[in-house]
Amino acid sequence: MISQVFILSSKGDHLIYKDFRGEATTDAINVFYQMVTALPGDQPPVVMTREGLHFIHIRQGGLYCVATTTTNASPFTIIEFLNRLAALIKDYCGSLSEKSVRMNFALIYEMLDEMLDYGYIQTTSTDILKNFIQTEAVSSKPFSLFDLSNVGLFGAETQQSRVTPSASASRPIMSSRGDQVRKNEIFVDVVERLTVVIGANGVLMKVDIQGEIKVKCYLPTCSEMRIGLNEEFSVGKSQQRGYGAAVRVDECNFHQAVRLDEFDSYRILKICPSQGEQTVMQYQLCDDLPSAPPFQLFPTVERDKSDRLLIYLKLRCDLPPKSMSQELSSPDQRAELQPSSKAVHWEISRFPGGAQLSALFKLEVPGLSAASLLEVGPVSMSFELPKHTCTGLQIRFLRLTPVQPNPSPRWVRYVTHSDSYTIRI
Amino acid sequence: MTWGRVSVGEMPYLGSEETVKELKRALSNPNVQSDRLRYRNVILRVIRFMTQGLDMSPLFMEMVKAGASVDIVQKKLVYLYMCTYAKLKPDLTLLAINTLRKDCADPNPMVRGLALRNMCNLRMPGITEYIQQPVLTGLRDKASYVRRVAVLGCAKMRNLQPDAEIDGTVVNELYGLLRDPDPVVMVNCLRALEEILKAEGGVVINKPIAHHLLNRLKDLDAWGQSETLGFLLRYRPRDDTELFDILNLLDGHLQGGDSAVTAATLRLFLQLASGHPTVQADALVRARGPLLATCTASSRELRFTGLCHVQRVLRSLPAQFSPDYKKFFCSYSEPGYIKFRKMEILVELVNDDNVVLVLEELQAYCTDVSPELAQAAIFAVGRIGRTYSERGLAILTGLLGLRQEHITSAVVQTFRDLVWLCPQSTACVCQAIAGCEEIIQDSDGKQALIWLLGMHGDQISGAPYILEDYIDSLKTELSTLVKLELLTAMTRLFLSRPAETQDMLGRLLHFCIEEETDMCVRDRALFYHRLLRCGVEETRQVLGGPKSDPSLGLIAGRPEEPINNWAAHFNTLEPVSSSGSVVAGIGCDGAALPTLGGSDGTTHSAANCTLAVQEASEDLCSGLPEEATSFSLTLGPALTPEAFEKLWLELETFQTVSLPCSEPSSQPETLQAALQLVQIQALAFSRPGSVPWKAYLYAHGSETIILAELLCGPGSDEDRLLVTVKQEPRDEKVQRGFLSVLETVLQTLVSDAT
Repeated sequence: MISQVFILSSKGDHLIYKDFRGEATTDAINVFYQMVTALPGDQPPVVMTREGLHFIHIRQGGLYCVATTTTNASPFTIIEFLNRLAALIKDYCGSLSEKSVRMNFALIYEMLDEMLDYGYIQTTSTDILKNFIQTEAVSSKPFSLFDLSNVGLFGAETQQSRVTPSASASRPIMSSRGDQVRKNEIFVDVVERLTVVIGANGVLMKVDIQGEIKVKCYLPTCSEMRIGLNEEFSVGKSQQRGYGAAVRVDECNFHQAVRLDEFDSYRILKICPSQGEQTVMQYQLCDDLPSAPPFQLFPTVERDKSDRLLIYLKLRCDLPPKSMSQELSSPDQRAELQPSSKAVHWEISRFPGGAQLSALFKLEVPGLSAASLLEVGPVSMSFELPKHTCTGLQIRFLRLTPVQPNPSPRWVRYVTHSDSYTIRI
Repeated sequence: MTWGRVSVGEMPYLGSEETVKELKRALSNPNVQSDRLRYRNVILRVIRFMTQGLDMSPLFMEMVKAGASVDIVQKKLVYLYMCTYAKLKPDLTLLAINTLRKDCADPNPMVRGLALRNMCNLRMPGITEYIQQPVLTGLRDKASYVRRVAVLGCAKMRNLQPDAEIDGTVVNELYGLLRDPDPVVMVNCLRALEEILKAEGGVVINKPIAHHLLNRLKDLDAWGQSETLGFLLRYRPRDDTELFDILNLLDGHLQGGDSAVTAATLRLFLQLASGHPTVQADALVRARGPLLATCTASSRELRFTGLCHVQRVLRSLPAQFSPDYKKFFCSYSEPGYIKFRKMEILVELVNDDNVVLVLEELQAYCTDVSPELAQAAIFAVGRIGRTYSERGLAILTGLLGLRQEHITSAVVQTFRDLVWLCPQSTACVCQAIAGCEEIIQDSDGKQALIWLLGMHGDQISGAPYILEDYIDSLKTELSTLVKLELLTAMTRLFLSRPAETQDMLGRLLHFCIEEETDMCVRDRALFYHRLLRCGVEETRQVLGGPKSDPSLGLIAGRPEEPINNWAAHFNTLEPVSSSGSVVAGIGCDGAALPTLGGSDGTTHSAANCTLAVQEASEDLCSGLPEEATSFSLTLGPALTPEAFEKLWLELETFQTVSLPCSEPSSQPETLQAALQLVQIQALAFSRPGSVPWKAYLYAHGSETIILAELLCGPGSDEDRLLVTVKQEPRDEKVQRGFLSVLETVLQTLVSDAT
């Protein structure tokens, strides 16, 4: 059971504090903040204990979401709960940030009151909660139709803040009750997180794709939605069907609410989505990538006569050119040396498929020796590939039954994020 | 950071009196009260200040009045306020009770539930008499929402007056409500009963209740499922048929999508099947996929939790995750605490198939920009090097070429451990460490280097001169441990290379005795001084000792632990708690290795150990019967575990005897040391206390080799040890002598322990 729940900003400001059991004092917040900021980097901060009170926290959107407990509870349950809380805040307030939490604190208190009673989880389902929650969300950015124009740039949650999310799907699920027309949208997102390690010799050492299909639903009621995947979609290593076009994943699992009676024969997922965002399906693929990894890097590291370190990087995007709709003008780039992390940061804002870019970095390194060259690397890339999935998974169709009287906009979006794309030198 | 805290803690506090006054005026302003939105906004401001930690209790009266509104949002805000300050203003809270009780009879179930919940949340003395009636009525409310609240209300009531007698009717009613059609009411009943009956051991899960809960599992949401599975942990099935029925029912949840449910199911599986290790192992195999999925989850906290639990599983099934080793490669964006865990796991699951790629991966981390991470990676390579010494050494010696302070230091520390455990690496290490002294600056690294120079100085030509440099800079050396290590190393080196070191040893002892202010160092210097005066042979006896201990590696390796050792802590906070430091975990194997990279004075324990062992040896020798001492056993030549196994399988059993002593309760290290004193080499032990307990030993004597297996466990008597002896070529006399020595040692150990 949970004793207290609180949300702190990264500076330690108290944004939300609710005590469910009266077992610990308000002082716990300050104790937590002191502990979490004083931790050395190698200490796991997820669970900390002080005087019999366990602090379990997650960090999202620059905020600390903390639960305290006096019992030896299940860490999986509490962390999943905190993640769910964060997701609900995102659903209800449009986004999870210090600003949105500050503006919607009354709503969040209301939510917490219904989610937990006496520290016991009661419900976290959006469908049930929406009956009880009366406060209207205050959205920091008013939703505008303009945002729909770049719907392709889906703002999935990434560990890297530099990938900017678009605002299209980041609005409250229950915004002001007037404009019904806009509200009835459904977003189906196929998001893949790509982990790649390419060895110094260019050999692919590890590929790992974590994919998920997310449904974000703004429909107040929706009886059934059918999501059709590629017909050649297969699961597991043995199930290779035919040649070439097969889309294969190693493992996949589904949300509890998904009905799979048509999955085996027609690759159709049936679900009655509730309002807000939910992950309908998760899948993994290891090692066996159907196509070449999206980026190839050809690095050269040398030492020149005046003992400068020369790093020559040639970067090529191996995606077919059509997969990028962006203009082919020379992309504006930036490069910067970051002494604190001992890294050179090369930023390319757009990178068309099939293009190739080179850069030469000259670094003055005091006391450069031949051995220092071994220390250079690896190159890590972070990127977002819109309209592309590395597994080749596609959504064939999206049908709502019964057919709605006024058809609601449905959006299918694909995006691949680099979770960790590392190239050894 | 300080800025934020100041702004929260102090700045608004200075003006808070003004703020309170202003808010009070606003709240009692009839114009505000009549404007719904303005009224609510003022209340919102009160709550905001309250959250920030300001004392808003002076507004209690006004807030109670605001609670009488029809606006539900406003009501909720006021309730939140009242629950926070009820303790401070018990008399004023009573004023609100009437409103709340009235709301408890509201036709709208949402209002009823809300009022009842918050009334029970008013934590103040004397409230129980007001809430008892509404709670009891709430238990029979037709709306499940209200029943949920009322059930937990019973628990709250109980905890408000913990000394009162338990109300039997309420308990019965709650047991009855376990059959409520609403699943949340059912789970809440379990929770409430657990709290009410805490003193009696919590809610009773008998057979009908257990089966009822199992059948209802599918109606519950993930939270309810994981909690109910937790309650089922205390149920013991009557026989195996029932047990397997239950396991079959649970099977589907083992591979569901929710990590909390999977973990709770797995825990229940492990607990229920505690008598069936194969069933446990099977459950773990089937939960492999979901556990791996949590290790790659997008939430890093969940990932961390998954990794910690995978580590538990690896303790019993080291091969379980070996094919998935790539899932435990670090991503560059991951925080350090996840990377540390992943490296620990990689070390655990390395095998012949993946060792090349795992080492290649770890090698890449060795040059990480974070020194802690790089060092941890080097230690991890060293741990793998204990089994795959050639590959490990190649990477480690390569790293020395970088001439980086933290890398060289970690490599040399790893070398020290490797040399101790794998004597075959000595030559390579001795060659590699030349020149390291210029780079190493930290005391851990210096200690390791000095130890190596002292221990293996005979193989390192420059050893005396490197140590001399340390002696020359002794005045500026701050670390006591380095000085102690230097004393031991210098004395040791003197024994093997007296001509070169005599002069510098003299200088060192002189300095430490005459000028050193640290008593510890001074005492040690005096000790060596006196020892040397006793004679070189005596010194050699004290400081000589073995130069390596390959069998320790096997002991410190990973004997498979029974699942039941950790099953009870699975899916609790224990595996994820930060108490067990990650760094310590990767740096050394705990107590098994006296010289491993800890900074807690482990280095001088070598000498202490030698001393203690020497004394013990005298004790033992004097106690040995005549017969035993009339022949001699020797340790060398060393036998590799593989050779032992081959020989063991080839040879016929020579004799099986049952010795009248129980399994030695002492730690493997003690047993190991004791056996070595009588020239018996132990190759492998079971963990202390495991059943069956086994140990494999060998000894050479009079040109024969004796292999022996000790067995204590099921089938044999509690306090008898079954010894199987094999010998090649056979020699009755040596064999008898061996057995008698063995018996004496074991009995001495047992009597010591008791």
